[in-house]
Amino acid sequence: MLFRGDRCLFRNVSFAVESGELLILEGANGSGKTSLMKAIVGMLELESGVLEWNGTPVGDQRQEFHGSLVWLAHRVGLKADLTLVENLNFEAALRPQAGDDMEVVLERLGISRLKPLPLRSLSAGQQRRVALARILMSDVSLWLMDEPFTNLDREGRALVLRLVKEHLGTGGMCVMAAHQDIEIDAPTKRVVLQ
Amino acid sequence: MWKWFHQLASPPYFYRIVPAFSAWLMVPGLALIAYGTYAGLFLAPVDYQQGDAFRIIYVHVPSAYLSMLSYMILAVAGGIGLIWRIKLAHAVAASAAPLGASFTFLALVTGSIWGRPMWGTWWEWADPRMMSELILLFFYFGYMALRSAIDDTAKADKASAVLALVGVINVIIVHYSVTWWSSLHQGQTIMAKGGPAMDPGMLYPLLAMIFGFNLLFGSLLLRRTRTEVLFRERRTRWVREMILSPEGQS
Amino acid sequence: MSGQEHNMPGMLAGLVAVARRDLLLAWKRPGDVVNPLFFFAMVCTLFPLAVGPSAEQLTFSGPGVLWVAALLSVLISLHSLFLSDYDDGSLEQFLVSPQPLPLLGLGKTIAHWLTSGLPLVLVSPIVAITYRMPGSVVLVLMLTLTLGTISLSLLGAIGAALTVGLHRGTALLSLLILPLSMPVLIIGANTVSLAAGNETYSAGVWALAAYAVGALSLAPYATAAALRISNE
Repeated sequence: MLFRGDRCLFRNVSFAVESGELLILEGANGSGKTSLMKAIVGMLELESGVLEWNGTPVGDQRQEFHGSLVWLAHRVGLKADLTLVENLNFEAALRPQAGDDMEVVLERLGISRLKPLPLRSLSAGQQRRVALARILMSDVSLWLMDEPFTNLDREGRALVLRLVKEHLGTGGMCVMAAHQDIEIDAPTKRVVLQ
Repeated sequence: MWKWFHQLASPPYFYRIVPAFSAWLMVPGLALIAYGTYAGLFLAPVDYQQGDAFRIIYVHVPSAYLSMLSYMILAVAGGIGLIWRIKLAHAVAASAAPLGASFTFLALVTGSIWGRPMWGTWWEWADPRMMSELILLFFYFGYMALRSAIDDTAKADKASAVLALVGVINVIIVHYSVTWWSSLHQGQTIMAKGGPAMDPGMLYPLLAMIFGFNLLFGSLLLRRTRTEVLFRERRTRWVREMILSPEGQS
Repeated sequence: MSGQEHNMPGMLAGLVAVARRDLLLAWKRPGDVVNPLFFFAMVCTLFPLAVGPSAEQLTFSGPGVLWVAALLSVLISLHSLFLSDYDDGSLEQFLVSPQPLPLLGLGKTIAHWLTSGLPLVLVSPIVAITYRMPGSVVLVLMLTLTLGTISLSLLGAIGAALTVGLHRGTALLSLLILPLSMPVLIIGANTVSLAAGNETYSAGVWALAAYAVGALSLAPYATAAALRISNE
């Protein structure tokens, strides 16, 4: 159960995500998808209910939990004044890194040529791809994505789905909030919020 | 005993018991204040140094004392609410703030009136206690301003609790630093509380006033918190049922 | 997933990275560092203009005026401490990082002091000399300002964290921080005055140092708590 101000956003929501699975949170705008995701990552407090990671409550293992996830929020969380490379280098200190070569990752996302530019010169879609680079370069099992397709063209959306599928294929997990229909070739669960 | 505390933290229970409880505090409180006022104004002997002007301490001292106690209560209640997540504690803190600020203001005004005959001016910057009171007033203003700036009640509760806890430590430090500062800049007389040992005729009314004010404060705080609780819980079932039921109409 | 424990950055890695990032950001926007310094200098010119430039007045009021100006200058640089991170979502990322939030906040505070308090300390002798402050007193001024601005940055971070998402947060921030900073101002300014009067002033210096150490150990936790609350 989660409150926002005086409003109860939802109650009696239960789900479990296993290795290799994708969980999609569906619901109209304002139904509480983002709030639920924020509750999962610990930014919002649940009025009642328990969140567990590998069988243990999250509250007892905050550092491990946060060290195992990456969060792609609505606002990309990158500094507009810094360049792509400076941003990604900073991110490397915040959570475990897979050690992938940055060049390769940027190539994959189609943003290599944007390296020397400050982030403010990039379009919203390009900035979102930089955020995806951050996700790819980290070494975590849980991807949490809030409306990842925002500002992306059709090619970008397909790219995201491909990346998610690959991640699931290596045993990773993904929780995604979206209000569009998503078709992906992988084990999927859905939770619909009213 | 603990069970009673637990019960106390439940809003409907608290709401029910406060009227009786606060009456138990308010009646003796007002009685003591009445005695203290009468005795202080008419029965206590005239002070050899200050004449009749000293009589204002019967309001000034309790007010000053309560202004500080109130801030402590505010901070402790906020801390309890923050750490143990007890909503009632936050309601107490929210209610204590305006009460405490009023007492601070009262202490400043009465202190100024008291100081006028001695200082020759309405405000003496060098007086450490008055300066501490003034800065305490600023702490209260900051607290209330932060509360009103945040719309979400729960968020405002937590933010102001953090502020109050940080403030409590600083208030104590402020007191010491202001005392040090005024000792550097002496040159004006500093108010002494009644000079050498206080005549019993002066002391008893003062004690009566202090106790009376305390009781009055307690009952006011309880009543204010009760109203605050009602407002915060206005959408819950117990409030709706109570309003609709016959005895809830009182 | 396999290399997680090996790849997890150390506890201080976040603090250092945040401090470096903020210094890099300040480098790209030098105005943010220089403007408060101009403000400091301008406030110091206001007093002689308003009150009269006589020598006794200057020497007498010098310590106090410089200290008040420093306090106000730090205050105006504080409101943007967390603002851009809040706006672009970086703050959220701090909240979900395995790095301890108090240390991340401390990293930002350190960078803030390096770009506000430290420049002030370095610029203060120039202004102090115009107030006819003798060299030995200027040194005491710089010492007290160093300790004092460290405390101000630490306390100010708490206030900035509490008011970061709020409408009209700047005015509220001043209202919150000024009472908290009064002990530092009182002790700092008066210690310099004592030095100017050739009296012993070491007590004040120790007090400021103790206050700074206390703030260093406690303020980051309060700042972290405030950041979490503001981001709900």
